[in-house]
Amino acid sequence: MSDMVSALNGARFEGFAEITETGLCGMVQIRADLASAGLAQALGGLGLSVPGRRAILSAGDLELGWMSPDELMLFCPRDRAAAITQQLAQALGGEHAMVLDVSDARVRFSIRGEKADQVLMKLCPVDLPTLPQGEIRRTRAAQTAVAFWRVDGGLDLIAFRSVAGYVMGLLKHSARPGAELF
Amino acid sequence: MTRRITRLDRGGRLIDRARDITFCFDGRRIPAHPGDTLASALLGAGHVLQGRSFKYHRPRGPVAAGAEEPNALVTLGGRARMEPDLRTTTTEAFDGAEARSQNRWPGLGLDLLAINDRLSAFMPAGFYYKTFMAGRSWEKLFEPIIRRSAGLGPAPTEADPDSYEQAYAFADVIIVGGGVAGLAAALEHGRAGARVWVLEQTPHWGGRAVVDAEADGATIDGLAPEAWVKAALAELEALPNVTLRTRMLAAGLHDHAHLIALESVADTTPGADLPRQRLWRMRAGKVIVAAGALERPLSFPGNDRPGVMLASAVRDYIVNWAVSPGKRIVILTNNDDAYRTALVALDAGIAIPAILDLRKTPNGPLVQAVRDRGVRILPGHSIAKVLGSKQVKGIALCRHESRGEAWLERIPCDAVAMSGGWSPTVHLWSHCGGKLAWDTEAAFFAPDPDKPPLGADGKAMAQCVGAAAGALRLDACLASAMSAAPQVETPAEEPIQPVWVTPAEAGPHLRAKMWLDFQNDVKVSDIQLAAREGYQSVEHAKRYTTLGMATDQGKLSNINGLAILSQALDQPIPATGTTTFRPPYTPIGFGAIAGEARGEIFQPLRRTAMDAWHEDQGAHWEPVGQWRRPYCYPGKAEPHSAAIEREVLAVRNSVGMLDASTLGKIIVKGPDAGRFLDMIYTNMMSTLAVGKCRYGLMCSENGFLMDDGVVARLSEDTWLCHTTTGGAEAIHAHMEDWLQCEWWDWKVWTANVTEAYAQVAVAGPNARKVLEALGGVDVSREALPHMSWTAGPLGGFDARIYRISFSGELGFEIAVPTSQGMALWSRLLEAGKAFDIRPYGTEALHVLRAEKGFIMIGDETDGTVIPQDLGLNWALSKKKADFLGKRAHQRSFMASPDRWKLVGLESLDGSVIPECAIAPAPGENANRQRNTQGRITSSYYSPTLKRGIAMGLVHNGPDRMGEEIIFNADGKEVTARIVSPVFYDPKGEKLDV
Repeated sequence: MSDMVSALNGARFEGFAEITETGLCGMVQIRADLASAGLAQALGGLGLSVPGRRAILSAGDLELGWMSPDELMLFCPRDRAAAITQQLAQALGGEHAMVLDVSDARVRFSIRGEKADQVLMKLCPVDLPTLPQGEIRRTRAAQTAVAFWRVDGGLDLIAFRSVAGYVMGLLKHSARPGAELF
Repeated sequence: MTRRITRLDRGGRLIDRARDITFCFDGRRIPAHPGDTLASALLGAGHVLQGRSFKYHRPRGPVAAGAEEPNALVTLGGRARMEPDLRTTTTEAFDGAEARSQNRWPGLGLDLLAINDRLSAFMPAGFYYKTFMAGRSWEKLFEPIIRRSAGLGPAPTEADPDSYEQAYAFADVIIVGGGVAGLAAALEHGRAGARVWVLEQTPHWGGRAVVDAEADGATIDGLAPEAWVKAALAELEALPNVTLRTRMLAAGLHDHAHLIALESVADTTPGADLPRQRLWRMRAGKVIVAAGALERPLSFPGNDRPGVMLASAVRDYIVNWAVSPGKRIVILTNNDDAYRTALVALDAGIAIPAILDLRKTPNGPLVQAVRDRGVRILPGHSIAKVLGSKQVKGIALCRHESRGEAWLERIPCDAVAMSGGWSPTVHLWSHCGGKLAWDTEAAFFAPDPDKPPLGADGKAMAQCVGAAAGALRLDACLASAMSAAPQVETPAEEPIQPVWVTPAEAGPHLRAKMWLDFQNDVKVSDIQLAAREGYQSVEHAKRYTTLGMATDQGKLSNINGLAILSQALDQPIPATGTTTFRPPYTPIGFGAIAGEARGEIFQPLRRTAMDAWHEDQGAHWEPVGQWRRPYCYPGKAEPHSAAIEREVLAVRNSVGMLDASTLGKIIVKGPDAGRFLDMIYTNMMSTLAVGKCRYGLMCSENGFLMDDGVVARLSEDTWLCHTTTGGAEAIHAHMEDWLQCEWWDWKVWTANVTEAYAQVAVAGPNARKVLEALGGVDVSREALPHMSWTAGPLGGFDARIYRISFSGELGFEIAVPTSQGMALWSRLLEAGKAFDIRPYGTEALHVLRAEKGFIMIGDETDGTVIPQDLGLNWALSKKKADFLGKRAHQRSFMASPDRWKLVGLESLDGSVIPECAIAPAPGENANRQRNTQGRITSSYYSPTLKRGIAMGLVHNGPDRMGEEIIFNADGKEVTARIVSPVFYDPKGEKLDV
């Protein structure tokens, strides 16, 4: 539908890092036995494999993150979310698994720039200098749950949609020009 | 006040003499240089008097040059930026700063409250306790006077306009202190490749060694310490694994080597668009405490006079800021270190009329060096009195081994430098359990390396090096910090002679003039009085006398105080022990502790997809959990009560719409999902047909009602559970708790999808017509009966429609993906125009449900209410073998017929019974309180019935229908009749159309 809107409609902020709400984004939640062959096969159909603990991997415009010992989150273009949900649900029909299109439950931000890490160092109890590429870290930003991972040029972060304004406020506060940590 | 310019012509390693800045102190313009502290600039401008003491309002000057300062406290900044109780000795001077003295009236020079000093004989230790325990009339008479006259700076009355932030850091080693020991430890660990942070609380590196070397010419690897520090910094800066931070105070060390540190970012540029301060929350593999040592004052008569300073502070002022506290300085000491002050002063052209050494035969190299320069050294001598009141004018000389009554001589001087020895700065070591050991030789408590604070692995998480470890001499200091310690040349020193009171045989009169805690006015006599009155524990004596309870937390007074207590109790010092060292090391402002959490980002505010529309309509908000929901939509100048009435009647007469997105939505799926929900809910959910809805109750293990909501069966193995607003996270966690910890082998998945869907309730006789106007889905009574759901392209939306009602009217709830929530809302408004559709808020929702006798979690329940109390027995399945809460319901007091139960209540006069009203019963309970027989749980004006309606829990209520009962609220009585809680449409005909 044309009247779909993301939480902050692509809001941007230029500080010592560049913050952008990335607009509509597809997200598919998968709960399953991560060791099952059926899951590996279902994901294989999308060119993906089961990520290891705390890992996030990508294939084309898909990313697949490990959320917990029995939960994965698949990121995709918004217009593919319904079809992917259906495809995976069908492929996992014989398994005890749950696949849900939760695209609108969350908001995604991009944090870009050489000092992107410093924005999150002020909000999250995470050792960012040692966070490797390919790891998704579930943690908190100030008082709310978030997850983030490294991408080219910075970090991407997801949070629950209802607190999008709060998270944008946090990121702007952190990224104020002149307030760099180093 | 005497005003003499005492800035020296030369020197001042920390100040930039080429630049001039100015700040204000009590309205006077004070010249300063960048690098000055307020204290150094004030001294440089001749202002020794910088504060008044807490209790007696005695005139005070700075006694120290650093964080331990108890006297020189000022209020900085005006109005909203006002900050009280800042130490002038650690506050950086900046252009345009405004400082004001505190605790004086009308002014610092003439303080009328100094009358307290004359009355000091009547205000001994325990004065406050004794006064406040003396009875009511004392309280009324004295408390206001005491409160006015005893105090520090005023608290600001406006909101702080500055912003703050926090940051997290992780390191292998965090080194606290940027003196030579800290830098040596940094080299040691930095070269080994560890991730190292070095924190220095002042703006400058080097600590004491660089100052002391000005006196004794000590060298490190053949370099002056200043040059060695420079080289060390250059090497450390080049190491990518080492982070160096100045202006960063390590405030507290907590469990698991969690270090809290405060960084000053923009304290000297008020109004800049920067965080003023930054609170760091750091995790270390190990914390190395290289915090140095604090010099101790000596307890002699008049030791609190402005101009009496620690010997080390005097040489700091001379070397660092080219400021002399006096032109003639008498030194009183029990150790060799104070002779360094004499050497520095002599080099600066300051006269040293005499050095009074409490030892009998001082003869070390430093003593000899001073003697060689012709200074008069008087072994075994002391001070009987300090002459002058607001400024030292001289001292009366006496023998140390005397009563101090025979004055041998008056020695004119304008400053006294005292040294009672040094105490290692063990605060961080002690914060988290590190133990101390008394070093008899050196006369101080030092960290006991065998009893360190322990980390998660049971090993030491902190280590002290340098002076903080008791290694006061430069060679020992560096050797303790580094395995390959550099070559150090430093003069030998003779042992200290511990002296806690001088003159040694001083009588009560003189002991009452010997200050221990300068800020709180605790003297030697007060500690001795406390001991006589039975306060043997150091912690009790501390609280009785207030020793060490001031803003400096006893940095100068603790050791002297407990030594005197030990003497009074005739026991060795280690038997007395220290009081507990607690974080923070120096005070931290609340702004930094709150960090970013203020204003718009004070806490997470959860908004629905329609939030902006509600805001545009001028909705009055109600917080529900972290969500905000429209309470009502008042028109211009419309009172809330009128708006609520209008909204309720819109639903009853035509149609209304409610943003119900905040209701919790949890998906439960799997082969065991039905079995699981039968355990979670009190009623049977496994038998619910696909396409149908059922209202369900959830109880805690203890049987108390905790949540309710409508459950829809989506497919053979999938259910959707609605929870209360704000209940979703807790209920989801409750479900996962049971699944993961108790029924781990059940095949059930859950997901909280609350945020994925926007939901709109459309309720009222015309509700169906509105949905039909959107089209796309058959919502007829036949196709979609009450308590069923369907899915389809309603108006082109990907919608799920639940036929449920919380208002008693024909009702639908429409769920769409959140990104389409606002679009759906707009379309419903448009389609509803023909029926004068009205948005309604949470209060109308409450009134509508109360008219129907529907309960509300949090109104009718409070954590002590069970379903049976609310007449909900029909929702307790008798077919099920078990459900959470079932066994609890069988307990005697849960099954008792004596419980208060839900009824409707109608006031006889039609008024609204106050919500807090209770129904008294005859007699009193065991606590001599009036017995009660009921209370109101919900009470509203019903626009539909045009009268007040209420629900309440009443003893045996359902058996007392028609009975009149008196409720009492705020002393007013209202008589009400007990009725059915269903006030409107008891047969339920309206919702089933």
